[in-house]
Amino acid sequence: MKLTGSEILLRSLVEEGVDTVFGIPGGVILHTYDVLTDSAMASKIRHILCRHEQGATHAAEGYYKASGKVGTVMVTSGPGACNTITGVTDALLDSMAIVVFTGQVPTSAMGCDAFQEADVVGTTRSCTKHNFLALKTEDIPRIVKEAYYIARSGRPGPVLVDLPKNVVMGRAEYRGHPQELNIRGYKPTTQGHAGQIKRAVELMRTARRPLIYGGGGIIHAEAFDELRELVATTQIPVVLTLMGLGAFDTSDPRWLGMVGMHGTYWSNMAMVDCDLMIAIGSRFSDRVTGKLSEFGKQCKIIHIDIDPTSIRKTVHVDVPIVGDVRQVLGELNKAIGQVKRNWSGDFEEWYAQIAEWKAKHPLRYGPMQDAIKPQYAIDTVFEVSEEKNPIVATGVGQHQMWAAQRYRGHKPRRWLTSGGLGTMGFGFPAAMGAQAAFPSDLVICIDGDGSFQMTNQDLITCVENNLPVKVVIINNGYLGMVRQWQELFYSRRYSQVDLTVQPDFVKLAEAYGAVGFRARRPEEVKPILQQAFATPGPVIVDIVTDREENCFPMIPPGGAIKDIIDYGDPIPEKLFQGLR
Amino acid sequence: MSERTRSAPKEAKARHIITLLVENHAGVLARVAALIAAKGYNIDSLTVGETMDPSISRMTLVVRGDDSVVEQAVKQLNRLIDVIRVTDLTGEEFVERELILLKVKAKPEAKAEILRIADIFRAKVVDVAPLSYMLELTGAEDKLNAFIELLKPYGIQEFARTGMTVMTRGSKVLSKQAEEVWRGSETKKVVGLE
Repeated sequence: MKLTGSEILLRSLVEEGVDTVFGIPGGVILHTYDVLTDSAMASKIRHILCRHEQGATHAAEGYYKASGKVGTVMVTSGPGACNTITGVTDALLDSMAIVVFTGQVPTSAMGCDAFQEADVVGTTRSCTKHNFLALKTEDIPRIVKEAYYIARSGRPGPVLVDLPKNVVMGRAEYRGHPQELNIRGYKPTTQGHAGQIKRAVELMRTARRPLIYGGGGIIHAEAFDELRELVATTQIPVVLTLMGLGAFDTSDPRWLGMVGMHGTYWSNMAMVDCDLMIAIGSRFSDRVTGKLSEFGKQCKIIHIDIDPTSIRKTVHVDVPIVGDVRQVLGELNKAIGQVKRNWSGDFEEWYAQIAEWKAKHPLRYGPMQDAIKPQYAIDTVFEVSEEKNPIVATGVGQHQMWAAQRYRGHKPRRWLTSGGLGTMGFGFPAAMGAQAAFPSDLVICIDGDGSFQMTNQDLITCVENNLPVKVVIINNGYLGMVRQWQELFYSRRYSQVDLTVQPDFVKLAEAYGAVGFRARRPEEVKPILQQAFATPGPVIVDIVTDREENCFPMIPPGGAIKDIIDYGDPIPEKLFQGLR
Repeated sequence: MSERTRSAPKEAKARHIITLLVENHAGVLARVAALIAAKGYNIDSLTVGETMDPSISRMTLVVRGDDSVVEQAVKQLNRLIDVIRVTDLTGEEFVERELILLKVKAKPEAKAEILRIADIFRAKVVDVAPLSYMLELTGAEDKLNAFIELLKPYGIQEFARTGMTVMTRGSKVLSKQAEEVWRGSETKKVVGLE
């Protein structure tokens, strides 16, 4: 049966189980969009018309992170494709499985500065896990199959497929979706090396102050049960990175909290004082390690990761184990089952030490008077939404770190945030994508006034598609994190951070056909949030907060973990001279 | 315990010879070159050619860098989907060859001496003009460098070097190992890890 490239493409997507596409049509991809309206296709694939391609890409990320299903984006050539790059790079750094289809000018016009032409495959080579340029119509089924496989397997990541107009308009014999797939240059190692696992168990057997340092890899591998079992047997305390939040039960007594630049004091001190660090699906980000020359000097390190390039990249580890985190933890649990050790009794001192740090340096903030403390606002979001088990997304900045620290209900696949790239504007479209995957769940985007303004045009997409995302803006009228750095490290010289001139977010919501609320006083926060979360459809809650509240604890940039500054600590002048 | 970070970059960086088997299609060379460039390394030489299997190309890459950084680069090359096999031959036994075409001034009084040098190096005269010779020489990098040095006094007009290609000694066959990878009897090997 001869079909056009567009027909083959959309059939291939259906075969891959794609039910939702985020995108915007344009010149060279019109033919594909034309086929998309065929009733046979329209009933199988829901297209969500976004208002900016960056938003479409973040939506696909949110869809993936929340559902575990690869997110799909479709855009046109040139500007459409270029607008996806922020989202694609974000997906690369946070290992988000998305596939982006970009239109391209006909092959005969490529390289001739044609209208809306950009070298998209060249431009995205370094920000995708892999990309394809489809040169023949008959290659489309294989490319689609490989694209989705590469995106979701191994260390997940973004894949881009560039589709020249003549390739999607041309005809080819369609022989159905390929059943088999063998990419000879791509064979991710999933099983851990038995000898290395033995070595890891040996280190665990003798450790006195061990610590699990888990990351986003646990979530991608869905190794929650295996991690729970490991901790249940060994009693080893757990810290998680920003990307790993949700991988371990936050109410478990062995859960310490988030680690890193704005992690809890006691979690970070545990990193400094442990004698064995078990890194699981985490990648020793500079936001976690602090000053590298001071990091991990006191301990042995085991590192489990699916991506060999993550291992010994910046930090030399003693026992590297390349493999799928879930499989490796399964094997590790089996091996540990045979170890004779009184785990539960052995770490009393270690837990006592951690408890002491925690008692001395709990998460805290100053007394609240007239102005709403942002920390209180986030605590209240948790309090009034907890029982609905919401999906929580964030933008990037102070509000993100407060949400990471204080939102106490992180669940697997229910925490969406931009860690590696730190993309302001990520939260709202990502929440929209998660809402598309789970239409009846409560999806909350805790955002900043700066972050929200970067991608808020998709509010109309939410209204149009009945995606009832609840946006809670922690509004301090500043690019707050940048202001905090200027206050601490640049002598309070505030340069280009004031966002006091801003839209009226309540009226903005109304202009879009959504509902807006505002809280200005502490006592208003709870009732307004309750009302907002009970309101159908998209909602914006503008919480006007104390403007110059800072986010602590904080490991100063360039400092070692032990230089961590807690709430109320004096800022050590000497530490920052190098920064000025 | 020793420091966990990379040692400070040394003055003299080790020369690494990396061979890759890659998919023979457009864009692969760009991926490999871009990855090395992103590390801030200049590529000393790079050769590409088809293998016995026309769907596979073989690349030989010579770079200078710290061992740990090159190890990371090799791992990242391995991560490229179009790369089937990567081997860092540093420390292995191998034969390296490069070809040079060199045009040297040949004044009448110098002709005999140039031909003698060519003879000692087993170079061939491939073109003769009234006042110049074009010489062809194959060999390892050092040999080619020595050849150039000796001919400099006579006035080298231009030369073109192909870049290095290498093959390991003994019965080890790179493409055989690669075949095992894609047949599934072996996973893509990661150099530098147990």
